[in-house]
Amino acid sequence: MGKFVIPVGPQHPALEEPESFSLMLEGERVAAANVTLGYNHRGIEKACESRTYIQDIYLLERICGICSHAHSTCYVQTVEDVAGLEVPKRALYIRSLIGELERVHSHLLWLGIAGHEIGFESLFMYSWKDREVVMDILELLTGNRVNYGMNTVGGVRRDITPEQAQDVLKALVILEEKTKYYIQLANEEVTLIDRLQGVGRLSKEDVLKYGATGPVMRAAGVSRDIRKDDPYAAYGELDFEVITDTHADVLGRTVVRVKELMESYKMIRQILKQMPDGPITVRAPKKIPAGEAVSRYEAPRGEDIHYLRSDGTDKPDRVKVRAPTLANLAAISNMLEGGYLADVPIVIAAIDPCFSCTDRAIKVVNASGGESMFDWEGLRRYSIDWYRKQGIDMKGTKLSRGED
Amino acid sequence: MIVDRIVTWARMKSPWIVHFNSGACNACDIEVLAALTPRYDVERFGILLKGSPRHADVLVCSGPVTLQQKERLKTIYEQMSEPKFVLAVGTCASSAGVFNGCYGVCGGVDTVLPVSAYIPGCPARPEAIIDGVVKLLKSLKK
Ligand code: SF4
Repeated sequence: MGKFVIPVGPQHPALEEPESFSLMLEGERVAAANVTLGYNHRGIEKACESRTYIQDIYLLERICGICSHAHSTCYVQTVEDVAGLEVPKRALYIRSLIGELERVHSHLLWLGIAGHEIGFESLFMYSWKDREVVMDILELLTGNRVNYGMNTVGGVRRDITPEQAQDVLKALVILEEKTKYYIQLANEEVTLIDRLQGVGRLSKEDVLKYGATGPVMRAAGVSRDIRKDDPYAAYGELDFEVITDTHADVLGRTVVRVKELMESYKMIRQILKQMPDGPITVRAPKKIPAGEAVSRYEAPRGEDIHYLRSDGTDKPDRVKVRAPTLANLAAISNMLEGGYLADVPIVIAAIDPCFSCTDRAIKVVNASGGESMFDWEGLRRYSIDWYRKQGIDMKGTKLSRGED
Repeated sequence: MIVDRIVTWARMKSPWIVHFNSGACNACDIEVLAALTPRYDVERFGILLKGSPRHADVLVCSGPVTLQQKERLKTIYEQMSEPKFVLAVGTCASSAGVFNGCYGVCGGVDTVLPVSAYIPGCPARPEAIIDGVVKLLKSLKK
């Protein structure tokens, strides 16, 4: 059987770095997969050292345009830790509120992309339509659809008014209704289950071995969540469950994400109910005393870690960021190996690497030296057609939403 | 020329776009995608997102240009057929924005390619993106 090497990428934006994959094929099967990083490397960590603590918030927020609040919260927590600031309760609640809304928007976004990759376009359109509901709320509360600019050292910059809280509650009712459909879809829709079950498996042992995180980890039955295990912001006072699943495959990751949506709604309700009155910031010094700190944050994609070392000036000495996708990428080769080429798009999408579907030139180079060209779209089409031949066609989905 | 007029008319009625992330934080990319979904639905204006630069009239760029992506951006641009236009989406694409001065960034898109229109915003809203494309098309008419 001929062996092929397929480079995929690099135009594939994930957090700081779009990846490039090179796949070794044996017939239809992926025999080996390699990942190359660094195409989106902008040098953010270094730039942090030449900007002040406050400027760095906005820079670090822009590491990722999906989990922007995750990065900025994680960073300000390190600064507050070193400076020994006591952040007001209300500010912590607002941080959690925005954090959960962000998770909702991120998971809905993911669901749409996953639908797109498997040829389930209605799901893409449904979930992105619903996502606009939460985008409106985020815009209402923060003034921007993404990159909210809510955090500052010592608290948050905008308060939540009672009217805004009412609007959030109203939106939750709509979102909850829609999410029930997605949960039903993931649990009952036969075509979807056939398409996702057993694809991109990563066993519990491998999850622990490679240090995968977030929904990828929880889908393999590992119950770990920074919000529970090492509570930050207001999570210590909220009652929620860590969602896990035992499928350990793409289906499991889907189930975990849709169920997490429900937990987020639950948390948002509690936050709005329990939020204490009071100030939303404390005065923070311009110069941060020398010291170092690490903070962890459960971003929608998994554990985000920021490290800070300060030297007593108004600029950090060192900032280090470990974004969740990096942790999950280590395991991706393992997920792809042994699977079909047709599964590659959904397996990559299932770790949720901030996937924005742009043109990614894919070159098929066969061992004898001949070349043929594929782009990402071509690979996606190939994957959809391949499954159609196996009798799995997302056009045949029975569960429809009726309205719309 | 009548043929030219027909071609311009066709181009204005259905501009096909290709999107390239040259180092963006993703938010702008997501907003470009969001413009395709039911709330905004740019397809009703005949604007279609294509996977290949060879099919596209407009190159929609987001993000500052990183050193790694610089050559790739040029290649993509060269693959497009004439006449072609470049749209810089977001503050980063317009001027490098917050990433100005980062060692991995060589600046806004206009440091590499000729840009026809800039859409500011961090991220640029879907409405702004649609508005930008429409303005670009109007300028074609002249
Ligand atoms: S303009 Fe803002 S949102 Fe857009 S890519 Fe740049 S940092 Fe991200």
